[in-house]
Amino acid sequence: MKEELQAIEQEALAAIEKAENSQAVQEMKVKYLGKKGSLTTVLRGMGKLSKEERPVIGELANNVRESITEALEAKTEKLEREALNEQLETETIDVTLPGNPVHVGGRHLLTSIMEEIEDLFIGMGYEVKEGPEVETDYYNFEKLNLPKNHPARDMQDTFFITNELLLRTQTSPVQARTMEAYQGKRPIKMICPGKVYRRDTDDATHSHQFRQIEGLVVDKNITLSDLKGTLDVFAKKMFGKDREIRLRPSFFPFTEPSVEMDVSCKVCNGKGCSVCKHTGWIEILGGGMVHPRVLEMSGYDSTVYSGFAFGMGQERIAMLKYGVNDIRHFYTNDVRFLSQYHQA
Amino acid sequence: MLVSYNWLRNYVNLDHVTPEELAEKITRSGIEVEGVEYLAPAVENIVVGYVKSCEKHPDADKLNLCQVDVGEESLQIVCGAPNVGEGQKVAVAKPGTKLPNGMKIKKVKLRGVESNGMICSLQELGLDEKYIPTDVAEGIFVFPEDAEVGTPVQELLNLDDAVLDLDVLANRPDALSMLGVAYDVAAVLDQPIHLPDENLNADESIQAEDYIDVKIDSIENNPYYGAFVIRDVEIKPAPLWMRNYLMASGIRPINNVVDITNFVLLEYGQPLHAFDYDRFGSKEVVIRQGKENETMITLDDQERQLNEKNLVITNGKEPVALAGVMGGADSEVTDETTNILLEAAYFDAASVRHTVKQTGLRSESSTRFEKGVDPNRVKRAGIRACSLLQKYAGGKVAAGVVEVDELDKSEKSVTITTSKVNQRLGMELDEKDVTSVLARLQFEFSKNGEEIVVQVPTRRLDISIFEDILEEVIRIYGYDHLPYTIPQGWVQAGGLTDVQLLQREIKNYLSSAGLMETLTYSLTNKQDASRFLTPDMEEGTANTVGLAMPMSEEHSHLRLSLIPEMLRVLQHNVARTQTDLAYYEIGKVFISEEEQITKQPIENLHVAGALTGLWHNHPWQQEKKPVDFYVAKGIVEGLFAHLELDVTFVQTKMEDMHPGRCAEIRLNGKGIGYVGQIHPLVAKDFDVKETYVFEINLESVFSVHQATPSFTDIPRYPSVTRDIAFILDNDVPAGEVQAVIKETGAPLVKEVSIFDVYQGEHMEEGKKSVAYRLLYQDPSRTLKDDEVETSYQAVVEKVNNQFGSYVRS
Repeated sequence: MKEELQAIEQEALAAIEKAENSQAVQEMKVKYLGKKGSLTTVLRGMGKLSKEERPVIGELANNVRESITEALEAKTEKLEREALNEQLETETIDVTLPGNPVHVGGRHLLTSIMEEIEDLFIGMGYEVKEGPEVETDYYNFEKLNLPKNHPARDMQDTFFITNELLLRTQTSPVQARTMEAYQGKRPIKMICPGKVYRRDTDDATHSHQFRQIEGLVVDKNITLSDLKGTLDVFAKKMFGKDREIRLRPSFFPFTEPSVEMDVSCKVCNGKGCSVCKHTGWIEILGGGMVHPRVLEMSGYDSTVYSGFAFGMGQERIAMLKYGVNDIRHFYTNDVRFLSQYHQA
Repeated sequence: MLVSYNWLRNYVNLDHVTPEELAEKITRSGIEVEGVEYLAPAVENIVVGYVKSCEKHPDADKLNLCQVDVGEESLQIVCGAPNVGEGQKVAVAKPGTKLPNGMKIKKVKLRGVESNGMICSLQELGLDEKYIPTDVAEGIFVFPEDAEVGTPVQELLNLDDAVLDLDVLANRPDALSMLGVAYDVAAVLDQPIHLPDENLNADESIQAEDYIDVKIDSIENNPYYGAFVIRDVEIKPAPLWMRNYLMASGIRPINNVVDITNFVLLEYGQPLHAFDYDRFGSKEVVIRQGKENETMITLDDQERQLNEKNLVITNGKEPVALAGVMGGADSEVTDETTNILLEAAYFDAASVRHTVKQTGLRSESSTRFEKGVDPNRVKRAGIRACSLLQKYAGGKVAAGVVEVDELDKSEKSVTITTSKVNQRLGMELDEKDVTSVLARLQFEFSKNGEEIVVQVPTRRLDISIFEDILEEVIRIYGYDHLPYTIPQGWVQAGGLTDVQLLQREIKNYLSSAGLMETLTYSLTNKQDASRFLTPDMEEGTANTVGLAMPMSEEHSHLRLSLIPEMLRVLQHNVARTQTDLAYYEIGKVFISEEEQITKQPIENLHVAGALTGLWHNHPWQQEKKPVDFYVAKGIVEGLFAHLELDVTFVQTKMEDMHPGRCAEIRLNGKGIGYVGQIHPLVAKDFDVKETYVFEINLESVFSVHQATPSFTDIPRYPSVTRDIAFILDNDVPAGEVQAVIKETGAPLVKEVSIFDVYQGEHMEEGKKSVAYRLLYQDPSRTLKDDEVETSYQAVVEKVNNQFGSYVRS
């Protein structure tokens, strides 16, 4: 019997190896392992064996069955894989055709700039304050040391609604409101971004509506050097770590001393080019030490507290940073402009 | 303010600083120089020539044949200028010269006659036409007789001068004068200043008081008036150097008298006015406020209506000048003038500003009065002008000035300490660092222990407190010396408020949903300002806010809705063949509750979207989906899902919207916005195709939104779904049925969704089938079949009763 079993195994394994399709494999399974299969047939003669032989042959028979079963499974798997490969080959597509379009939206460039500036100052412990766009003459001018008939009011042509109501010309009234709300009782570290309006005819560098962001720090012992250091951090973050800043005297009614800040020109690295009008510097923003009258008007004792303030136009920052050549692009909202700055 | 470098050299030594270096230094320490321009490009070989003879060209009527002595030689030159004549000293470009306009001078033959050079006009020498005196604008320039033949004209005409364009801000009116600039430059360069000659040898045989009397009726607006009298002047051109400086400063020379008043105006910053004494109309100057219905004709021949707010100079009978703004035509200096009445006065800034605003006349004079002049320079300027008139107009200056003087000319004093300076600057300056700046600025000071008491000269109207001196110290000492520090001490956690964070979150969502953010104008036209109102605004009680004096009709009113300006954005893009657009914007609308606005309007933050064209476009797969109502609504639903807020949509009608395709968005039963298709006629008005919009009042969202969502456990027990299809009348809104199912099925029914809507074949006329999928779930246990069945039956019964429907089998 032993020989018979070994012969069956050999025959079966060879036959399975030759099987060309799953049907043939199935036939092999019936032929060798089925109820009428050769292995079964042989095993029927087990009864005739001696007690001693029975377990030996039994084990051998099981081994043969296992070996054939394994061979059958292996063959089946191989055939299936081949069939699948064949099928997949037929499913080949042109991967160079365009994919399903996904709508890509995005923020407006000015929003990106604003958030970048906000985040920079938030990181330095500033809170973000907002205020009304329709302001009173009192908060927009008088509280900022610009009494009626002050010549510097000419610097800001104003959209008036009534004698007392106007579209704010600057975000500074938010500073005035904040100082007033704190009543001189606590230090302040804030920025205030927002829309402002001036009577300008819209052209490449002017817009009757634009956005500012201003900052205010009030505490004991705030110095002009603190302003310089803070603006330096800002300039390096916005325009690159190699940028230098310089301060120049300027005039704003609500600060004294007042300064303008220039950043060394990125295009020519300070050597002078058409972008910086051959000066090597580009004017970025204005600022200064909060005028003592402004502090006093909001209840801060100017002999105890001092502060600095600064303000800039977001459009100008964006134009310089991204090379935008016409301020009107921000408000025309041409999709071909907006989509250039998806990830700005 | 245009500052001539050559003129400035008269007061400060500039030998070691080029115009460009000077500009840089001034900019960094005081006043921004916006540009440096040279009057004319350097030209050589142009010299003064003497026209020995001048005859008509034999073959050309309009040409002259001139023999011109240029020093070493005599040149024959054919000249076409109408004003050329024998005996003149003229500018001659010799052969080989290249003119600023690029023209090359060669020996040529003109109509058969040799011409060896060219006699030049000022334009040809490179000067800007608008500053060239009118009498020589049409021809060649004629030098004064004392010009030396052969001298290069470059120097004589000041053509090598550089002009610094100073941007003088409102706080530095002192820099609207050459002397003011000179003081600053002297401080910056640490150089002494040379003041002009104010010596006057008046003719003691004539006394001004015999000629004129001065009376002021409006002393608060005119605290000083000085009248000088100059007799027997000869009107002629001013000296060449003076004309040169005026032209460099952007002022056209007229004649010696006018030029001298302008010269002193620029030099001292003090406007003067010269009247023709004989045409003044009386021997008395009376300064008073204008009268209602009074008129006068100003120098520009315009009749001006006066009122009580205008300060006027009169001859006792009628106005002869608008004080500080413009003189009158009747008493103007002319070529025939022989006697001059010269005014040097101090007019109140606000008064002048008022007249300027009323008349729109802004001049070199009024600008200076408006910003404030130095009270101590008024009379000195008059004296300076008299001495120049004496010298350059041959006038006899009457002795004395007739004046009314109640002007405060006292100097302010400001006390500072070095320690306080250091405390504010964050520096460690020595006392002598501080005092040396004061000395360079020519500020007198005295010391009193720690204290430094600074006497502020009246030319510096901007300085009155410690901080003003602080600015002087640091600007002259140099901002570059300031260290870089960050505020120390008090600290707070910076950050955004919940509302600010939510705005960013909404922008994140809408940007990710495929919409592009826009920024539009808050100001729109009157009609558009009050369209597309969200349902929280009641028509009639939500008034628009209009500007008092808009610049244009397109931007005259503040918007109540973001949509009209967004439609304009679509229009702009569609007109540029960008047809598939999806935009959003977050911005404020402005609601006045009053018809006549007296207080600040309510400012509500809105979010709006506008979509048109294809939403999905995948051409090679033939997949194209235009934007439709459900695309827009899906974006809105997604937004509220993102914010975890439940909103409902109710069919509504709005004036500018498609009557059948507009839903009101409700939050907690309150209308907060809308979504829908804009009315096709409105779309046509805006030149856009089918367009869908939404707008939501975010203030309502902010008020209920919770920044920190509370935790809900993830269900541990299985859910059960059941489907029901109802046959409904066509006009029954599927959403209402959905709401009823949810309400009836609660609490076991967690979700109700619509998965099929069918109308048409095999369906009764006027009916539709809507299939709902109900999700049953209990967080605490596994549901039993019979409780689901009971709930299901209750839902069916309720819906059928309420909507007259039946279940599709």
